[in-house]
Amino acid sequence: MASLVLDDLRKSFGPVAVLHGIDLAMPSGEMLVIVGASGCGKSTLLRLVAGLEVPTAGRILLDGRDVARLDPAERDIAMVFQNYALYPHMSVFDNMAYGLRIRGLPKDEIRTRVESSAEMLGLMPLLARKPRQLSGGQRQRVAMGRAIVRQPKLFLFDEPLSNLDATLRVQMRAEIRRLQRRMGVTSLYVTHDQVEAMTLGDRLLVLHQGRPVQLATPMEVFERPANTYVAGFIGAPAMNFLPATLSHGGTAAIFSPEQVIPFVDGRRPGADGRKLILGIRPEHVVADPAGMVLQVDLIEPLGSETLLIGRLPDGTLFSIKLANAAAGGESMAVRILPEHLQVFDAQTGLRLDPAG
Amino acid sequence: MERRTIFPGWKLPAALVLPQLALTVVFFLWPAGQAIWSSLTQADPFGIRTQFVGLDNFTDLFADPLYLDSIARSVFFSAAVAALSMGVALALAVAADREISFRGAYRVLLVWPYAIAPAMAAVLWILLLHPQIGLVGRWLNGIGVAWDYKLNGAQAMLVVILASAWKQISYNFIFFLAGLQSIPRGVIEAARMDGAKGFFRFRTVVLPLLMPTVFFLLVVNLVYASFDTFGTIQALTGGGPGKATETLVVKVYRDGVVNLDVGSSSAQSVVLMLGVIALTALQFRFLGRRSDSG
Repeated sequence: MASLVLDDLRKSFGPVAVLHGIDLAMPSGEMLVIVGASGCGKSTLLRLVAGLEVPTAGRILLDGRDVARLDPAERDIAMVFQNYALYPHMSVFDNMAYGLRIRGLPKDEIRTRVESSAEMLGLMPLLARKPRQLSGGQRQRVAMGRAIVRQPKLFLFDEPLSNLDATLRVQMRAEIRRLQRRMGVTSLYVTHDQVEAMTLGDRLLVLHQGRPVQLATPMEVFERPANTYVAGFIGAPAMNFLPATLSHGGTAAIFSPEQVIPFVDGRRPGADGRKLILGIRPEHVVADPAGMVLQVDLIEPLGSETLLIGRLPDGTLFSIKLANAAAGGESMAVRILPEHLQVFDAQTGLRLDPAG
Repeated sequence: MERRTIFPGWKLPAALVLPQLALTVVFFLWPAGQAIWSSLTQADPFGIRTQFVGLDNFTDLFADPLYLDSIARSVFFSAAVAALSMGVALALAVAADREISFRGAYRVLLVWPYAIAPAMAAVLWILLLHPQIGLVGRWLNGIGVAWDYKLNGAQAMLVVILASAWKQISYNFIFFLAGLQSIPRGVIEAARMDGAKGFFRFRTVVLPLLMPTVFFLLVVNLVYASFDTFGTIQALTGGGPGKATETLVVKVYRDGVVNLDVGSSSAQSVVLMLGVIALTALQFRFLGRRSDSG
């Protein structure tokens, strides 16, 4: 258990800057999920903390001690790799015991620790096996076990579930969360899967092109995305975006002719005519005969709900999610629920909150 | 993932296999058969009269203390060459596997010696080590070491071991480098995260995963040192001084070509042939078993 502070952490590979200054403070025991599209630098960030890469600039404070230039061996951090990276020539027991032997623990303590971790992960019957004799899910567990027996200061997870099938992934996701809570170890978890991000993290750090875009709780990121990138990245199906302008003295927005949406949460700053982008999630749209007409191109029944993808009269792509399975026909009149409206500045893409 | 081409009839397949079969028969099976035949005969020095003598050549051979000496010398020589060339190659491969600048250039340079003909390699070593004209040889004598591998048997052995090992380093280097690169990065990184450092990490993670390569190379190197070093030794010392560097292959040449005892020389060839077959069989069995279990 330890606190982790990143102070203006930067990394370049040759002339290519991958991380442009990351600042972060994690209290002891927190689970923070780093999420972003591939190539956003999230894995690099994790590898910097792990010590597998050397930062170009900045500090990594683990319990107040700068470890940025230390060998991984001196950091006391455990990592779960995407492809598990088990030692193929060692049994499950030896895989888990390797790090403890290096630390010179007495034999019987190693045995106790490995067995209690194996018990926790349901690995007891597999201790004598080699990794190649295990299924994907079992290997994943061994990789977890190897991390937890060491009782490190910090856990790092590098997309640990992405090689598992869907059912196993859901199961392991819950298990990781339970284990992390139970052990109370500060954890950094990298993923591109937004469901993992939403369900696992105490907080989310959204990275975009090597820059932090938003750091907040999952619900806050979902409900109050900091900019259009986050708004579009978090949530499935993705949020709809409509170009609009500010009007009525900042209390409403106009998008495509004659559609006016009032801001129910207060007026936005700026002069009338300011260019905006409105964001509305597909589930925050209801059928309303008096509403605007959506030309439906595609209907995706998802069982408990139905996804309609179509175009608004001005040609903007728009999708809606209806709670009931009974779906409309070729066109449908819909209304946006104004209380769920997200307002962004069209130029910067940043969120516009009510003034005052 | 097996892709087979099915040929109709047998004529085309036979025609395609024929060149390889012909080469094998003409350059391998035929001479080998002749060697086996003449190992069972005795001929006069001019090859005019031959006489079938059964296994006499072999019984004579193993009763000959000179031959037993030669076996011991060969074993020592082969072990030394294999150990030296594999050790150096492994060290070089580990170094070249790191993230260093000009990595490609190093790798190319390290592979070059393999392309040098044995006699050429021997000349290079002579130019280095010759007591009168060699750079290193003159320097050694200059600082008071009595260096003359043409007189001192131990020094001669050292020279042929050095030269033979040097030629094989490139080959070993290529295989070790490929072996190292086939070890998943993640496993090494996992070991680093577990706190394993330097030589300990190498010994507990890298080397075990490299063992199939090590064993393969061990057999290849033993075969090389036992049978393929004739050119180097012949050009450097000719087996001398005395019999100091007379390994089994050199003795085959000396007895057969120089001393014209074709029967004994052939018998020695057959013994060598059995040696190669045994080593190869061992390798196939070991590698076969490994791939069965994983």
